[in-house]
Amino acid sequence: MTAWRTLSLFAGDARLVAAKDLRIEWRARTTVGQVLPFALLVLVLFGFALDANRPALRLATPGLLWMTVLFATVVAVQRSAAVESADGARRVLLLSGMAPAAAFVGKAAAVAVQLLVVEALLVPGVVLLYGAEIESVPLLAAACVAATVGLAAAGSLLGAVVAGVRAHQTVLPILLLPMSAPVLIAATRAFADGLGTVAVNGWSWVGLLAGFAAVNAAVGAVAYGPLLEDA
Amino acid sequence: MTAVNLRDAVVLLGGFPALAGVDLSVEPSEVVLVRGPNGAGKSTLLHLCAGLLRLASGQGDVLGCDLDADRAAVRRRVGLLGHDTALYRELSATENLHVWARAARVDGADIVGALDRLGLPSRRRDVPVSRLSAGQRRRVALAAIVVRRPELWLLDEPHAGLDSEGRETVDGIVTAAAAAGAAVVLASHETGPADSLATRTVTMAGGTLTERHPR
Repeated sequence: MTAWRTLSLFAGDARLVAAKDLRIEWRARTTVGQVLPFALLVLVLFGFALDANRPALRLATPGLLWMTVLFATVVAVQRSAAVESADGARRVLLLSGMAPAAAFVGKAAAVAVQLLVVEALLVPGVVLLYGAEIESVPLLAAACVAATVGLAAAGSLLGAVVAGVRAHQTVLPILLLPMSAPVLIAATRAFADGLGTVAVNGWSWVGLLAGFAAVNAAVGAVAYGPLLEDA
Repeated sequence: MTAVNLRDAVVLLGGFPALAGVDLSVEPSEVVLVRGPNGAGKSTLLHLCAGLLRLASGQGDVLGCDLDADRAAVRRRVGLLGHDTALYRELSATENLHVWARAARVDGADIVGALDRLGLPSRRRDVPVSRLSAGQRRRVALAAIVVRRPELWLLDEPHAGLDSEGRETVDGIVTAAAAAGAAVVLASHETGPADSLATRTVTMAGGTLTERHPR
């Protein structure tokens, strides 16, 4: 089999899994009905908590935004993992013969799409609610994509790790939140530059985010198969 | 080629031997019924044959593929109906079968034909499977195996939750699969409708085969 054919099959399998997860998500309305309202509510409550100190709120905007994205990631990943554990559905992936790495890429891509939708609403949200000013759209867009890939890959990997654990709903955030700390720090710095709140080199932080995303994606692609079998 | 060939197979679940030295051989076109009480190890045996569990000791190959070294190849070629349906609840029967067929890269999968054979009414094919009755979900799960056309069918309590018409449908599908050259292993905890399908019956208890009843 040629390398091109192998790559084409891999991409087809990943697309199948991503499309399946997004279709399920669209039917269940978890992102639209739960994650988005939750994320906007967190944003509003942060605003209430810090509103007396407007400069502090503007300064804290990047961190608050990415904390909210992190919370949304936990919900999206829990949902993504639950899809495979209900009614033994993970057998579809196991018995299909598809490369586990393709299944992992598909699941992470579906989570990433949901997170990008959340971010697409949160960024205008902080402009409206917190009075943030956008100075560099390309920097913010690049930071969003790199951070989202890193979060989705880490989340999908940990979702598989905790799938067989009885208390997986509480264990997942305990593992995911500290593991995502580098993303939180780097994305916050990049956004601080893109929103003009702190003078730092945002692009170097985007580079760190890209590195984190690459490592998580590589580890996930390798580890997903054994994790899926042992869940 | 022998479909299933297990020699002194041992499987540990949580440190305990769920299979404790099983010898079993199944030939193509054979329908073997594994009977035994709850906890006898029937489901473990089927999951081992599906390549979903590892051998702790002993040897085994399924469809010519080694159960230690090549479980991925085994999984591609078997169909397993377990206690759960392995269906995505939010997807319809048609969508689930599309996922199964595309994931297994079945060319020209006859999804409508499979659902016709299983007798799922047309109006129930495009609603989420979570809204189907347990018996209808069972039919869809079996249709997913029909679509894949596996060489080894592993059916755990295939008649569970089905009405008499559904049981007859299952019997027809199993008979047709065996006639087409597939090997079939059925698991059942009681004497019942599966008995008439079997060309051979074996009895399990405590993770071992205790009796063999050639027909």
